[in-house]
Amino acid sequence: MSAALARLRRWPWIWSFVGAALVWLGAIEFTGGYGAGGMLTAALSLAVFTVIVGVGQMFVITLGPGNIDLSLPANIGLASAVAMKTMGGEDSLVALGLAAALGCGLAVGVVNYALIRALRIPPIIATLSASFVIQSVDISYGRGLQIKPPPGFADFTNIQFAGVPLLAILVLAFAIAAGVVLHRTVYGRSVLAIGQNIRAARFAGVMVEPIRFATYALCGVLGGLDGALLAGYFRGANVDIGNEYLLASIAVVVIGGTSVAGGKANLPGVWGAALFLVLLQTMLNTFGVSAGLRLVLTGAVIIGVIVAAGGEARGR
Amino acid sequence: MQTAASRALATHRAGPSASRLEVRRVLRTLLPALSLILVLAAIAWLNPRVISYFGFTLMLNYAVPIALATIAQMFVMTGNDIDLSIGTYVGFVCCVAATYLHDAPLLGVAALAGCVAVYALIGALVQWRNLPSIVVTLGMSFVWQGLAVLLLPKPGGAAPGWLQAIMGFKPPYAPLPILAAILIAAIGHFGLMRTSYGAILRGTGGNATAIGRAGWSLLNAKMALFALAGLFGALAGLALVGITRSADANIGNGYTLLSIAGVILGGGEFVGGVVSPIGAVVGALTLTLASTQLLGFLRIPPDWQVAANGAILIIVLAARALIGLKGTER
Repeated sequence: MSAALARLRRWPWIWSFVGAALVWLGAIEFTGGYGAGGMLTAALSLAVFTVIVGVGQMFVITLGPGNIDLSLPANIGLASAVAMKTMGGEDSLVALGLAAALGCGLAVGVVNYALIRALRIPPIIATLSASFVIQSVDISYGRGLQIKPPPGFADFTNIQFAGVPLLAILVLAFAIAAGVVLHRTVYGRSVLAIGQNIRAARFAGVMVEPIRFATYALCGVLGGLDGALLAGYFRGANVDIGNEYLLASIAVVVIGGTSVAGGKANLPGVWGAALFLVLLQTMLNTFGVSAGLRLVLTGAVIIGVIVAAGGEARGR
Repeated sequence: MQTAASRALATHRAGPSASRLEVRRVLRTLLPALSLILVLAAIAWLNPRVISYFGFTLMLNYAVPIALATIAQMFVMTGNDIDLSIGTYVGFVCCVAATYLHDAPLLGVAALAGCVAVYALIGALVQWRNLPSIVVTLGMSFVWQGLAVLLLPKPGGAAPGWLQAIMGFKPPYAPLPILAAILIAAIGHFGLMRTSYGAILRGTGGNATAIGRAGWSLLNAKMALFALAGLFGALAGLALVGITRSADANIGNGYTLLSIAGVILGGGEFVGGVVSPIGAVVGALTLTLASTQLLGFLRIPPDWQVAANGAILIIVLAARALIGLKGTER
């Protein structure tokens, strides 16, 4: 029993999957089993977008207290417009459009880091200020037009194999790769070391600033990728396409068991928490609750999960 | 990481470096005021006619709720926490004021008292379970927003007459927003910087372990800080609805980011219990003027107004970093 408990403590991400399973069971209990598979397919399709930015946010948050990227929604919005404009509705230009979106995200990440480093301002304010500027660029660039994706790209983002979206498989592979990078490479371990104790990491020879730069750049690139994929999936780019990912990206990281204080990342938890949040919305929708009550319950559940999971031990 | 205590120690050290540190400290304390003067000068240069009693009343109308929300955020940040729910909370209070407080004043007052109690409870939860406040308040932001939507599904309602009268009051000599700002800053400064319990509250941000060892209840301190945030957030909502006269569930959403930016602009820090109530109010005034009035006078196209907001924030913070003490980097 105590061995099982100890294992649970080492795997805090278990809870997010347990939560996801519970809300899924709650939803199909209500519908009498109807649409159980469809619900999972829909949840997987939507969760991938949260996972992609969640992983980026997780790397940033793991850098330690104060590190956070609030520019993700603006980044996603701009990248979606850049991708769709570059593709111009032509299937032959899909690769170029994706590259443009990644480049756009990379630029956002670089700007974020430059502001943090050169102006020595806290990341929360730096990325917030940057997001204002990015948003304006997007409004001015996109002109509020809904730009359609090429049919081939839109179909690609909607492919399913026996109810499992292709994107979900790809993003699962990506998450595994990110896990390897986090735990098995110099870069990933440096990120963890900086988060645990930035001074100790510096003394140990970790190149703190290049690692931080790489992390903000990585988060930016993932935001760009997410923007392009979202525009494909929802068949069009718009300025507000990334709005919900500000809160969602932070929520999945923390619910997934990553420490807000940094130095302790949890990759499986990002997937679990993303599924949990999407399925929670699905469940509340099937219950037919009003928009207001849905918000209240979502908030209450987030708080409930974090209280149940408990905080970290005091006095690091 | 520089806390209030270590900074005080540093300034007491003898030698030329200490005096240079002192100069920088003074400069940094003055920076919020300097940036306000700069923004005012720019406005005066662009449109001299607005520098008048009525000009200020109009320009600074929304500074009162923003300043109150900034003070609320400052209390939370004093204890090394952050409140991401203050914006939706302000919106919810607006909805309560435009419905219950107008139709059934007693019920309205009870609801607002309940809100402050919820804030104290959140503080207790954060302290007791050692939870990250960023996530708890993130969750609360959904809760307040949801409650506001339940209360007022469509924009509407009416603010109580007395609230509209207070916010529309035209005192002699000085415009209301300026008097209100001075009053808010004075109350905040006296309460947090000049009382012994205020020092304890700031101490929980600087060195919570020391405060705990000295026999103070950290739980009570955290509850006090959050309850004060709830109180000032409620006042911000009341002031806002007094100006707008009717409410909308999304009315306060922008206040979360405005309040954080205001505290930072005013010389506050995210950790270490380093805050300044006067600075926070000045920061809120600067943001109000810079984000609405200055941009209007500069004839910046609407597409780029948000960008200009961000740019102004970056410029002021860059100036702060240039003269700032080493150790602001995190």
